[in-house]
Amino acid sequence: MTTTLSPQTPGSGPLDVQQELYGAQLPSWGSKAVVGLALVVGAALYLTGTNLVLAALAVWVVSLGLPVWSVVVEGRRKATDRLVTVLVTSAFALAMFPLVSILYTVISKGTKVLSAEFFTYSMRNVVGEGGGIYQALVGTLLITGAAAVISIPIGIFAAIYLVEYADGNRLSRWIRFLVDVMTGIPSIVAGLFAYALFVVFFGEGVRMGIGGSVALSVLMIPVLVRSTEEMLKLVPNELREASYALGVPKWRTVAKVVLPTALAGIVTGITLAIARVIGETAPLLIIAGATDSVNFNLFDGRMATLPVFAYQSIRSPGIPPEFSIDRAWGAALTLLLIVMLLNLIARLVSYFFSPKGER
Amino acid sequence: MTSTLAPRRKRGTVVRAGDRIFSGLSTSAGILILLVLAGVAAFLTIEGVPGILANPDEVKSGQSFWPYVWPLVYGTLIAATVALIIATPVAVGVALFISHYSPRKLGQILGYLVDLLAAVPSVVYGLWGIQFLAPNMVPVYTWLEDNLGFVPFFAGPASATGRTIMTACIVLAVMILPIMTAICREIFLQTPRLHEEAALALGATRWEMARLAIFPYARSGIVSAAMLGLGRALGETLAVAMVLSVTAGTVTANLISSTNPSTIAANIALSFGEASGKTVNVLIASGLVLFVITFLVNFAARSVVDRRKEFSGAN
Amino acid sequence: MAKSIDVSDLNIYYGDFLAVEDVTIPIAAKSVTAFIGPSGCGKSTFLRSLNRMHEVIRGARVEGKVLIDGQDLYGADMDPVNVRRMIGMVFQRPNPFPTMSIYDNVLAGQKLNSKRMKKSESDDIVERSLRSAGLWAEVKDRLDRPGSGLSGGQQQRLCIARAISVEPEILLMDEPCSALDPISTSVIEDLIHELKSQYTIVIVTHNMQQAARVSDETAFFNLSGVGKPGRLIEVGRTETIFSNPTDPATEAYIQGRFG
Repeated sequence: MTTTLSPQTPGSGPLDVQQELYGAQLPSWGSKAVVGLALVVGAALYLTGTNLVLAALAVWVVSLGLPVWSVVVEGRRKATDRLVTVLVTSAFALAMFPLVSILYTVISKGTKVLSAEFFTYSMRNVVGEGGGIYQALVGTLLITGAAAVISIPIGIFAAIYLVEYADGNRLSRWIRFLVDVMTGIPSIVAGLFAYALFVVFFGEGVRMGIGGSVALSVLMIPVLVRSTEEMLKLVPNELREASYALGVPKWRTVAKVVLPTALAGIVTGITLAIARVIGETAPLLIIAGATDSVNFNLFDGRMATLPVFAYQSIRSPGIPPEFSIDRAWGAALTLLLIVMLLNLIARLVSYFFSPKGER
Repeated sequence: MTSTLAPRRKRGTVVRAGDRIFSGLSTSAGILILLVLAGVAAFLTIEGVPGILANPDEVKSGQSFWPYVWPLVYGTLIAATVALIIATPVAVGVALFISHYSPRKLGQILGYLVDLLAAVPSVVYGLWGIQFLAPNMVPVYTWLEDNLGFVPFFAGPASATGRTIMTACIVLAVMILPIMTAICREIFLQTPRLHEEAALALGATRWEMARLAIFPYARSGIVSAAMLGLGRALGETLAVAMVLSVTAGTVTANLISSTNPSTIAANIALSFGEASGKTVNVLIASGLVLFVITFLVNFAARSVVDRRKEFSGAN
Repeated sequence: MAKSIDVSDLNIYYGDFLAVEDVTIPIAAKSVTAFIGPSGCGKSTFLRSLNRMHEVIRGARVEGKVLIDGQDLYGADMDPVNVRRMIGMVFQRPNPFPTMSIYDNVLAGQKLNSKRMKKSESDDIVERSLRSAGLWAEVKDRLDRPGSGLSGGQQQRLCIARAISVEPEILLMDEPCSALDPISTSVIEDLIHELKSQYTIVIVTHNMQQAARVSDETAFFNLSGVGKPGRLIEVGRTETIFSNPTDPATEAYIQGRFG
């Protein structure tokens, strides 16, 4: 073929190959322009009082103009490609929408009630305005703390079993599989389990903080086992061998070489697991109940927690309802801050404390 | 299993006390997990069976167990299914965006943003759903009723508060999005680079590359992601309990009206506080039904995942 | 210090698979013995059976006798953990503990076993071990830095220091230079020469020149066929093996005609 590759105007060449190579294209600013236009239209609609959902829909519809334009200029294949790009990108925008919306709503509605009083007063004998979440903070910390105390040793030892001792036997494969299945246990079922367990010992209508801890442990242990297992697997086998070769027994090797090497990852996993269960509401609603008073005793009676407090405040706000709803947002914001903080700590731990120079 | 995997007594093996204690501790921790799972099933059964057998006049609802639980099962399934239908395409899209459309460096940050959605407590979702999403959905529902009212799902009359099963489904969809995205993303990233390049070298556009190279490879992964999402949606409690305005015993295909079926989990959360006597047993029995349903779904999902050994298991 | 090893009729199994068959070899105290042979011929497996490291892999077991100064390594009352304290090992890739400083890495054998020591005593051990490993001058000012911050060759010498700090009788080296550059390799080879005066050293190497340079005795291992167990073909003075081997397979291997 003797096609010259000198620049030619599109479509003027004698061969189809040139048609392909120099096929008509949208201008490089085309996609940006359409998306920009879409955003302008959406903003204009929203500002002139259109419902937010409909405005967002409008942005999307205008964006679809890009593939339509493309089908006219570039042909079907390119247009399909552009259509998918628009769809995929808008899927991401769609996923970000609730995140932004939730953060914005919680922060804007929650900040106005946050005050020293809000954190240090309980709801005891409070009607209407005032009061705080002290009892719920105490309960959340105690119950989650106890759950962590129960779960961490079980989770870590089970992971040690899976990685260091089981050697892929049948029991370990069953444990691994059922741990995976356990991550899918609905939290309310965990709550019912704790209740059914405690009823056997304490009789009907039992409400106890420690029951909440048991329920949370059921949710927490599988998460811990999985994350710890992954971390232990990352420890190079060479380190274990180096330790054995120095005449160190297996258990000391695990305790003093394997665990310290994986420590940062394990701590990250623990923090994320705590972050996951600290926001659980349903099991606590069942077994820990709710109360307006401060209760420091995990083994005696109802215990308030942040998520249950937020739930109850919105569910039965009393009269007038505004104060209670405000407190619900305040509690939600506090909870969200704790969870985000835990997530941040987890990232920082894994970033700063992982052993350096590891292969 | 053959006997080769059983620990052989080696000549001259002296077992140290420390080793025996340590391996004993970790083995029992592993077994304890199995016991916990068995315990969940056992205690729910012990406390649940009296509820299943209870006479209608012993319980608050005045119904025997199966007629009572059936509308709840229906509500649970319909809510989870619709949530899944909404979430699956979005999750696949988001995962594809992160893995193949966004700039490489940005991918990790974007993934982290999606993961943040998983960190939001369900009670916050509930608050958001009831106070923000529901009111904003009202005009949409009205429009649906006016224009698509002939479809049974949108028959109306549209709810004035927006606290419909559709709103609950949207909240559920958002909640299951992170885990589904995480799994899809993981699998998309594992697509053999050679397949992708082969497709591109044939002159495929990016979308054709995705269709030719990524999706065939990732199909079973997407299926298991969807099933795990379904498991989550079936069991989610608070968000549904808060958002939904429930009429007991409803079984309807209508997604946007003010009479909605409840879900098992939400019903337990709403009724447990005031329940006493056999009513508690009935609620626990319904929890057992939920446990069995989610267990089966998760079991199936994990079996699919386990069959694909390449996939290392996000979450 | 420094003991002899006497191996007779040793078979090594992984489960039902016979990996190394019928090895009989005497190893003299305070000598360097090199194991050479093609990949997969069982020389590393055999080396690891000398301090029972192969038992880390499930299903591994041996038949036959390994005598250390007349004491059966696989005797009924032998604890593999104690065996390994007596017989140190250096691995193919340097593997200092990433969570420990240089100082702690040298003392790892003691620290991991929670042995209590006075500061002066542990300082002594660290200095002596690092001097023996020829690393003291390079790291004496940064003993508290992580061991993984050193170069590959330094890391390997740190691992040698770690192995000799527990004062073993025998030092096993599994291709200790294969991950190192030529300069680091020659430093380690010089080190082996010096350590010979105190320890019995057994080294596995793929590098024929290295075997010729460092060892007194050389043992050649080979596979009798694909899927067959590895065997010891011949063993003798290094000069003899390299100049005048008995077995044609040894000669072929040494001259680079196969393997």
